[in-house]
Amino acid sequence: MALVQDKPGVLNRVASMFRRRGFNISSLAVGHSETQGLSRMTFVVEGDEYTVEQVTKQLYKLIDVVKVSDISKEDVVLRELALIKVRTTPSTRPEVLQLVEIFRSNVVDVSPDSVIIEVTGDEDKVDSLLRILKPFGVREVMRTGRVGLMRGMVKSLAMDDPGRASKPG
Amino acid sequence: MKMSGAQIVCESLLREGVELVFGIPGGTILPLYQTMVDYPQIRHILVRHEQGAAMAADGYARATGRVGVCMATSGPGATNLVTGIANAQMDSVPLVAITGQVSRAGIGKDAFQETDVTGITLPITKHNYLVMKAEDLASVMKEAFYIASTGRPGPVLIDIPRDVFTEVAEFEYPETADLPGYKPVLEGHPSQIKKAAKLINEAQKPLILAGHGVIISWAYAELMELAEKAQIPVITTLLGRSSFPNDHVLFVGMPGMHGVAYASLALDEADLIIGLGMRFDDRITGKISAFASRAKVIHVDIDPAEIDKNVRTHVPIVGDVARVLRQLNRLVESAPHPEWLDRIEELKREHPSLHIRETDRLLPQAVIRDLCEATQGKAVIVTGVGQHQMWAAQHYSFRDKEANTFITSGGLGSMGYEVPAAMGAQLGRPDKVVWAVCGDGGFQMTMSELATIVENDIPVKFAIFNNNYLGMVRQWQELFYNKTYFATHRTRNPDFVKLAEAFGMPGLRVTEPGQSMSAIREAMAHPGPVLIDFLVEEEENLYPMIPSGQTTAELMEYPVAKEVRP
Repeated sequence: MALVQDKPGVLNRVASMFRRRGFNISSLAVGHSETQGLSRMTFVVEGDEYTVEQVTKQLYKLIDVVKVSDISKEDVVLRELALIKVRTTPSTRPEVLQLVEIFRSNVVDVSPDSVIIEVTGDEDKVDSLLRILKPFGVREVMRTGRVGLMRGMVKSLAMDDPGRASKPG
Repeated sequence: MKMSGAQIVCESLLREGVELVFGIPGGTILPLYQTMVDYPQIRHILVRHEQGAAMAADGYARATGRVGVCMATSGPGATNLVTGIANAQMDSVPLVAITGQVSRAGIGKDAFQETDVTGITLPITKHNYLVMKAEDLASVMKEAFYIASTGRPGPVLIDIPRDVFTEVAEFEYPETADLPGYKPVLEGHPSQIKKAAKLINEAQKPLILAGHGVIISWAYAELMELAEKAQIPVITTLLGRSSFPNDHVLFVGMPGMHGVAYASLALDEADLIIGLGMRFDDRITGKISAFASRAKVIHVDIDPAEIDKNVRTHVPIVGDVARVLRQLNRLVESAPHPEWLDRIEELKREHPSLHIRETDRLLPQAVIRDLCEATQGKAVIVTGVGQHQMWAAQHYSFRDKEANTFITSGGLGSMGYEVPAAMGAQLGRPDKVVWAVCGDGGFQMTMSELATIVENDIPVKFAIFNNNYLGMVRQWQELFYNKTYFATHRTRNPDFVKLAEAFGMPGLRVTEPGQSMSAIREAMAHPGPVLIDFLVEEEENLYPMIPSGQTTAELMEYPVAKEVRP
């Protein structure tokens, strides 16, 4: 997770760095943070400890990046939102609605031959719902990617190792 | 005070102490140029190609330690800067590039001479800006110079639309740059310093690997103190060649792909490597898994992203090399290491990498030796890229104690760098003798700047190592492609002596070893720029050589095949 200055091109800078250094991001979500002028980015990076350390340092090298923290080992709340358009017929609609109920998700649009379901949760929950809806005919899916926050009062987002820590030059 | 955007740029340059800029005007940057008329304190050097502007500013920055400034118009002007900017990024050179952009309304419309230069330079700048309001210009200029010159230095590009130059805004130059995401760490962490000192005090075979960072942070005296106090031999990277006087008893040499064999072998035998302001580049390490396999590693660098990037470090210290060394020197104990120093001397004797064979041919190595002798090892040597660059790195003995006297395109390896960079270095250091050591290939990429050099009477001396080949590539073709010389031989090089004369400077030609020294002395006696065309042995190979990604086990030490050539 990173706090970045809300400046034109900052998303481009971050995305460009990932591409250039050959890091794989499986999801990226951006939005305003609690502080004006700062945005919060959550990205999911596949890789071992070395990769995560390199990603962190390369992110810090970007002038617009204020803080970076690896929250994968922290006590965190991670959520993803997905909109799923499923084909329905008069005969399958009740069953689909029942699944919506079970997954504590919502129907946000109903058409004669489809419904749009809004589901929020961790990645597993969204994956499970998608799997279970598949036989009905999933027409379109839009997922936000994971966003996250640490539980409770956060002590510091900075890295701890004194030799490897802090903002670069 | 109300001012136009162009005036704000000029006023900001004055406040940053800029005395010299390199550039070429054009449509979108013209409002700035027409305003510079009112600022005679800022000297403008009109180059012949924008790549020359960026590389001259780079050479100026390296020679002086100050920020180099270059300017270009939008579109082709800006794209021509790109190689020079990438070069500065790879070698951590403080550079501010100012480019004109099409007017705000034209951006994104594919207007005449529009390119997305902030997009193009995103991965090759430390930071860049597209300034959309004249009122932002002062703070952007402040930030740009601060970012370029602090921490790990690098290039910053400022792209300014034409109508922002003419827009009027209130000018007040900020005292400081407001950058919450940019706080370079200068002091080493005390606990890391202690750990490092302990490793140094315990080491039996310590070795200092000094890089460009020593020069950038002006840590000459601190490096000398550490080396002498604990009697630690010093090897250097390519860009760190002039970080430690080469005639000092503790100086060993440059290791790596074309380093001297005894420096590479010392890395193999050392039990502690102290990397100072360097980044364990692949040309130094070769095969990473075999690099310095017996050694623990202390790595001091101001850029945390360099720590553990290539080589796993036992004690990393993030900080400015000079400050860290001052902290470290307080805790390091005096130690003699007589056995280790004897072993280094033994390695030097057993592997005479710098031996030059007896011949009546004009050898490039011998010409470098002559250059060194004629200048007492105190000239600023600016090179291009290739064999001549490595021969200069090997055979020139840099003896100036406190100056960046070896200026070369290290990370990017950009041929043609030498001509504009030598021009910039000479303008920055008029008190120094500057020799541009050129290959005949690279020279032809940027030789148009000879016109700039003559026009401004910049007394750079040019030594062309002319072998009618792209020599380094030819060597690889000889060694790894069974002598298939494709696209490396130039059968019709221009007559460089006549060319020099056409540009308006004297040209000399040297074809035999006996003529070399007198030609060099003649060039140095002449007050202005001079070019010497050295017709050197065409198929001379560069040794030692450790092939890419390999180890000292694959070290090719001597020119074996050459001796049997008819």
